[in-house]
Amino acid sequence: MHSDALVLSGRAFRSRLLTGTGKYPSREMIPRVIDASRSEIMTVALRRVDFSSGGDNILDAIPRHVTLLPNTSGARTAAEAVRLARIAREAGCGDFVKIEVVVDDVFLMPDNHETLRATEILAKDGFVVLPYVSPDPVVARQLEDAGAAAVMPLGSPIGSNRGLRTRELLRIIIENARLPVIVDAGIGKPSHAAEAMEMGAAAVLVNTAIASAADPVGMARAFALAVDAGRLAFRCGCGAERERAVASSPLTGFLRDM
Amino acid sequence: MEIVINGKTEHVPVVDLAALVKWKGLRPEVVVVEHNEKIVRRKDWAETRLAVADHVEILSFVGGG
Repeated sequence: MHSDALVLSGRAFRSRLLTGTGKYPSREMIPRVIDASRSEIMTVALRRVDFSSGGDNILDAIPRHVTLLPNTSGARTAAEAVRLARIAREAGCGDFVKIEVVVDDVFLMPDNHETLRATEILAKDGFVVLPYVSPDPVVARQLEDAGAAAVMPLGSPIGSNRGLRTRELLRIIIENARLPVIVDAGIGKPSHAAEAMEMGAAAVLVNTAIASAADPVGMARAFALAVDAGRLAFRCGCGAERERAVASSPLTGFLRDM
Repeated sequence: MEIVINGKTEHVPVVDLAALVKWKGLRPEVVVVEHNEKIVRRKDWAETRLAVADHVEILSFVGGG
């Protein structure tokens, strides 16, 4: 396997770009986005069938080699999240689950407390749990202890494209982390993704920024490049920030009267 | 008989889950069914008889982040 693999619960992935399947103008873009981004993990949601439209199935559009990450969006409590996770697993989606428990309809802020409770239950039940949370370093540690496979703190609100507004807390979480940290939500541009990787995030999850781009397939490729660049920069050691200038060219031997 | 499907009370002319899915015009491979808060596997649909006031949830996977 690749020497810098992303490892989630013992499973290794080459790509550190997770992608979503929401908001695409057409589903046929999804396999092309996977091809351009080389993403290996894609989120999906579960909803009541709309009988007037005969039952959608986004799974038809997702290439078979991609690991499905069903989310529990719609859940307002831990109990609802657990129920959705079990339905997804029963449907043959695999063991991965993104816990998403939201009661705030304006900012879509996750309920960290309910998410932690759902994590405890689902981890014991053998799921590979990826909890989506507000960046609280204390909760991040508790999620690790509860058996999560990674922690997924938000950069800024879902779909806002505002980037890493929560960067100071993300920094603390990454420094304390014993598990992969996947920045999820609010990443609006490839440069945001690169920044998250430079900071030491293990991966990023991007949906809106790709799906809503004028050219989603092109944007998917841009994000893949950004994640690779940021990860390489992190591994190669970025220079420190300084208050003052430090000249890059020699300060002696100038061609003039000194 | 009258049952609740996806939160709405409906009168259905069928007696088991497999027939219900078919009656609704759905592809069995793309839906997941919960009967009275219990997930029922597709292979067990035909044997799962419906009773008055049963709660059935029929779900499918959709795009999401």
